[in-house]
Amino acid sequence: MSPTFVFFLLGVPGVAGAPSVTWDRPPVIRFVVRRLLISIPVIFGVVFIVFLLSRIVPGDPCVAALGEHANPKSCEAFNARIGLGLPILPFVSKSGSDYSLTADPGSITNNQFFVYLGDLAHGDLGTSVKHGKPVTELLFERLPTTIELTFYALLFAIVVGVTLGIVAASRHNSKRDVLSMMFANLGVSIPVFVLGLMLAYAFGVLLKDTPFSLPPSGRLSAGFRFDTIPEAWGMTGLTGVPRGILDFLSNMYTINGLVTGQFGLFVEAIRHLILPAIALGTIPMAIIARMTRSSLLDVLGREYVRTAEAKGLRPRLVLFRHGLRNALLPVVTVIGLSVASLLSGAVLTETIFGLTGIGLTVFESISARDYVVIQGMALLVALIYVVVNLITDVSYGLLDPRVRVS
Amino acid sequence: MSDVAIGAGKPLPDVTEEARVGRRRGVIARLLRQRSAVVGLLLLGFLVLVALLADVLATHDPIKVLLGVEPGIRPRTPPCVHLLGCTASLPEHILGLDGNGRDEYSRLIFGTRVSLFIGFVTVFGAILIGTVIGAVAGYAGGRTDNILMRLMDMLLAFPALLLALVIVTVLGKGLINAMVAVAIVSIPVYARVMRASVLSIRELDYVTAARALGDSPMSILLRRVVPNSLTPLIVQATLGIGTAVLEVAALSFLGLAAQAPTAEWGTMIGNERNQLFTAPWLILAPGVALTITVLAFNLLGDGLRDALDPRLSG
Repeated sequence: MSPTFVFFLLGVPGVAGAPSVTWDRPPVIRFVVRRLLISIPVIFGVVFIVFLLSRIVPGDPCVAALGEHANPKSCEAFNARIGLGLPILPFVSKSGSDYSLTADPGSITNNQFFVYLGDLAHGDLGTSVKHGKPVTELLFERLPTTIELTFYALLFAIVVGVTLGIVAASRHNSKRDVLSMMFANLGVSIPVFVLGLMLAYAFGVLLKDTPFSLPPSGRLSAGFRFDTIPEAWGMTGLTGVPRGILDFLSNMYTINGLVTGQFGLFVEAIRHLILPAIALGTIPMAIIARMTRSSLLDVLGREYVRTAEAKGLRPRLVLFRHGLRNALLPVVTVIGLSVASLLSGAVLTETIFGLTGIGLTVFESISARDYVVIQGMALLVALIYVVVNLITDVSYGLLDPRVRVS
Repeated sequence: MSDVAIGAGKPLPDVTEEARVGRRRGVIARLLRQRSAVVGLLLLGFLVLVALLADVLATHDPIKVLLGVEPGIRPRTPPCVHLLGCTASLPEHILGLDGNGRDEYSRLIFGTRVSLFIGFVTVFGAILIGTVIGAVAGYAGGRTDNILMRLMDMLLAFPALLLALVIVTVLGKGLINAMVAVAIVSIPVYARVMRASVLSIRELDYVTAARALGDSPMSILLRRVVPNSLTPLIVQATLGIGTAVLEVAALSFLGLAAQAPTAEWGTMIGNERNQLFTAPWLILAPGVALTITVLAFNLLGDGLRDALDPRLSG
């Protein structure tokens, strides 16, 4: 991308080629574009870090990547794939665990990092040793579970967190304020894996024969049969990308259940998702509750709220229309940030509840020393996180005009 | 009140020893008015006491396997307290035995030591490196600042636990490696705090004066900048210890940090997680201990923030 083009997008005046219309461009678009451009180096950095982490391993990179599956034959293929023997970075070569500078100008384009970037551009994240299939394929199969889990966890966090925050702030320093905040403090402090295991024990064992019993593991009960979306819609002949999209959606059981009208499947999937979603969503829930409370308390102390109260509006109306609407802005940021804790927590939650998503795959790969998979998943999760942050910032800018100007 | 200036990024004139003590008292008094801080302090005091007196409080060697040593012992024997009606013929184990026939209560007590050690050492390491990076970035400015802070942004682009997990897989499993990984992941937070402080005071008159008088950058950094950035650092570090304990425990739970037979709470839970339905107390006990520890640091951190810097309180 030429610098002129970048300046054009950023709307910097006085640069040759930047037309004067720049200033007529709505600030929203300029803000969004600027924010997009800022995230490019971060994405590049994420890729670079994952690459470095996979290559700075002392000793033979093949043994490090393939572990006990390393043998002369598999190593030859592996080394050819990663371009071993080439300089590791422009002007930097590595032999064993020694790094040295090279003056070879050929290393600018011909190095291991560029080979890695090239593979990435082709969607090639390597092949899982344990599963014997490409990491991208594995991702495609397992991502729906994680998306579904984090969605319901976030839903729980937002609904319960905002409610708790309102309850606490509407009666400052009352008993229910103190109780809600004690609950929130406990919520941020309890480890995901402890809460998950305790929930599984409570609802899977203690309440086993009551109506409150919930399944403590798995995505569906054993032997539960259902149709995938292509099957339900009679589109089994479909191939290629459309089929891939439908298979991907089919793997999110609640969506599948809803769009194909298999309500048994929907209920079954939801019942299995309740405990993991609560376990995973509790930390964000607590953070959202605290943020909603402090932000709401701040807003309720403003003069326009006093004016609204003074002119005799019903307290509920003041709380929701004048208070909450203005208080929710900082909460949006917290919601965006909490996605990080959701993605990290997914490793623990999926492991505990036996949900075959990205998190469980990471855990299994650790025990199987399947490092290629771990790196691929880490890259994917980091990219998701960057995108979520981008969306948060942009939506914040759309909600609050002051942000775009600054 | 003069103490409001702490952390407000404003210069503090050289004060007399008397005034300094007075200010400190003011902070402590305000800290003690915070309900959550008091609870946090009490919990933390209790934990430190348990850690110090672990040898006295523990009834058994935390890593000794008692199978075959004591009669009638099986792995995961339920808790047995004679005072509560457990048959006198059975050996007393307040929280029962773990899967390897070790005394769970003694492991829990010694685990306090391990967790506090993990929390303090990890955060200390992260602060040491983070403040140096932040100070250099803030003081040098320009390209150095840009490069260092973009590096920090890249580290922040990963969900913390996940990055720590990848680093541990590179370094190899083990408690020390896990602590290194968690420290690396938390460096950016301290670097940012330090950089912000440096930036806020770098151009102030009294720093310019110190520079004009020929003070070296090092001396200005240590005598003028660091003292003024202590407030946000202390608050951040207190909250950070809770996070570090939590993250290392999570790595232990996944089998990447402390290895058996080390009495570490995360490892204890991880080793017994498949026995949840038959021996839930083996998960509940270390789980509660872990929650209390994290809670203590969180409450204290919130209280400190409110007491030291009223502007930040929510």
